[in-house]
Amino acid sequence: MVNQVVRKSFAALSGLGALTTAAALVILAAIACGPSAPAPTATPAGAMPAKPVAVAPTSADLGGGSPEAFARVFADALASSKSRPVSAFADAAKPLASGQKLKVGFIFVGSQADLGYNQAAYEGSVWLEKHMPDVEVLRAENVPETAEVQRVAEQMIRQGATIIFPTSFGYSGPIKQIAGRYPNVVFLHQGDLETRENYGAYFGNIWQLEYAAGQVAGKMTKTNKLGFIAAFPIPQTLLNVNAYQLGAKSVNPKVETTFVLTSDWCDPAKQTTAVRTMIDSGVDVITQHQDCTKTIVEAAERSNIYVTGYHQDASPAAPRAWLTGAAWNWGPVYTELVSEIRNGTYKTSVIFAGLEAGFVKLSPLGKSVPADAQQAALATVEGLRKGTIKPFTGPIKDQKGAVRIAAGVTPTDAELQTIDWLVEGVTGNIK
Amino acid sequence: MQFPAALRRAQSSAINLTAPPIARSVAGIALALVSFGAFLLVIGRNPLSAYATLFTNTLASPSGLSEVAVFMIPFVLTGLAAAVPARVGLINVGGEGQLYLGAWAATGIALFSGIGTPWLMLPLMVLAGFAGGAAWAGIAILLRRWRNVNEVICTLLLNFVAILFVNIFVFGPWKNTGGYGYPYTADFSPAAILPALGDFRLHWGLVLPLLGVVVCYVVINHTRWGYNMRAVGGNVEAARRRGIGVGKYLLLAMLAGGGLAGIAGMSEVAGIQHHLRPGISSEFGYLGFLASWLAGHNPLALLGTAFLLAAIFVAGDLLQISAGLPSAAIFILIGLVLFMVLGLKSRGRAQP
Repeated sequence: MVNQVVRKSFAALSGLGALTTAAALVILAAIACGPSAPAPTATPAGAMPAKPVAVAPTSADLGGGSPEAFARVFADALASSKSRPVSAFADAAKPLASGQKLKVGFIFVGSQADLGYNQAAYEGSVWLEKHMPDVEVLRAENVPETAEVQRVAEQMIRQGATIIFPTSFGYSGPIKQIAGRYPNVVFLHQGDLETRENYGAYFGNIWQLEYAAGQVAGKMTKTNKLGFIAAFPIPQTLLNVNAYQLGAKSVNPKVETTFVLTSDWCDPAKQTTAVRTMIDSGVDVITQHQDCTKTIVEAAERSNIYVTGYHQDASPAAPRAWLTGAAWNWGPVYTELVSEIRNGTYKTSVIFAGLEAGFVKLSPLGKSVPADAQQAALATVEGLRKGTIKPFTGPIKDQKGAVRIAAGVTPTDAELQTIDWLVEGVTGNIK
Repeated sequence: MQFPAALRRAQSSAINLTAPPIARSVAGIALALVSFGAFLLVIGRNPLSAYATLFTNTLASPSGLSEVAVFMIPFVLTGLAAAVPARVGLINVGGEGQLYLGAWAATGIALFSGIGTPWLMLPLMVLAGFAGGAAWAGIAILLRRWRNVNEVICTLLLNFVAILFVNIFVFGPWKNTGGYGYPYTADFSPAAILPALGDFRLHWGLVLPLLGVVVCYVVINHTRWGYNMRAVGGNVEAARRRGIGVGKYLLLAMLAGGGLAGIAGMSEVAGIQHHLRPGISSEFGYLGFLASWLAGHNPLALLGTAFLLAAIFVAGDLLQISAGLPSAAIFILIGLVLFMVLGLKSRGRAQP
């Protein structure tokens, strides 16, 4: 009995072995023949436009922002840049051969479906693909902010990518180290404040919406305690928590914001602990600057407190707890950058814009928010968009009560992005 | 009982199990690739074009080979960290933690010694890495000696302690003040960086695992020490009766293994990261452990199995970039390879 079973199983194994050999031969043959090159399509000579048509986003694409303001942001960046135009060196500025696609690499620090930062960037890359049919996007997710990102970027370049979007803040150092090695590739970093000849940066003033969301939170809190769960005390984050507290305080003078750091862009276990601790200390509206947002949003729904979102509209995950949130609108930004590079006009620069140019947008208001507060939030967003509301106009004091922005002074976007202190009313520490 | 005879007959009719070990491993890898190809087909990707891309971008291109070699460095060194203690019958699962401690000690030298010349700095960092890893492994072997604590559990659990230990420093006193709060130390000075080999990421750290393999191979197979080590690993009681100092060999093998993993940590911080931070190792210690077991703890065969795991690791990005698979897909492939290779390795000792 045992005898037979053993014999049969070995016979089966040897069968599998033969199958394997056959399959291996097929694979080897496939390799020998090389990857199946796409058959050249019969396009008439000279069909490729020398200058690809730019994609002009509509106001709807920009979440209510103005197309003129959008165009002005990029024109100003070109005018102020001291770099050479990329037409001098970038492979992406050369016309494509017929049937060829322009390969653009996107690198994400987390999952493309994190209901947060990476999903927002991923959806932007999908928008780019949709609006530029001859662009092929290469993607890699869960790439840590270490030398790993160099390996992934180099691999994308070997796959033919001529534009790379390293979308996480911590990629800036490692990518700048290798940018010089690939002088014909353009790197576009999401959030850096420095440039190189072939390394530009862009970011959105999402703090504007943190201010608007803070106002809603300030109205909804009963305990006058808001909670802000962040990852690292980088300037973007400090700007967000400051804007949140300033927004809340503009409608509720007694409000305070508790600020905690998890030292991880996405660690659901640490997020859960942070939510728990905050609720125990009396916080009844939480928000975050994490990459993945689902855990915190769902925890708020379960714990009967409110939440304002960040990066992405996560309202379906918390129908009751959801108030509103700040969200990205990367698609038009990526598309404009790629189209400028292809036209050869792009010069590396640091681009910042907010609501006026549609880089960021407000997430839907939740049904828990009363009608008058909804009206007020929308009015605030319009005020920020038109520039009639300037949250960081002084006097603004820091945690210790010292005046950091003098009365009447409004810092520039670039100055705001170097902020390294917390405003009065925020408890917590940035070390 | 007629079973063994039947088994032998069955074996002789089956190509896989009578073939030499290398042929069996190759068959196992092929089988894993076929199964993974079926998985790719099921989710609607073309396995042939995916494999063609993988091959041309890992083994058939200089830059791809360079990446594979970059991963081989920690895999081989942490593999030796398992292989050397295995010779005396010890199981060291602590390569990961020993790597972290080695990286920590090397970083200490890099940041605070103030030496300006790489000719002194780098050897010192290697020594520090060795000492750090050896000290961490030493905890486990001393606990075994004094308190009879099982070294498997001890080395495994110390991995987690090591990561926390390093975190104390990178989140605390060693944190770079200009780093936006990221838990990184300051970048190393040029003297503390292993220079690149050619145009790619591969660096001079590559000589460390090669030297390690040669030294381990020679010591284990061609010296009296190695002979005694194998005697201890074969039968402790017999070795003791022949007057071999069993305890000494257990201690030395474990310290040497831990030290080799520590050198892997030094190579990662000095060659790749250029600073210390949490997460310098993507489970290198565990993968090296697997590589060592796949190689039957033979240092020369370890080069082959580490090469295989490194190639799969590098292929993982390509699966994402060119086949559009999620990042977790690579773990399916690694799992399949281990399953098939270890499954076909059983030498017919399967229980009926």
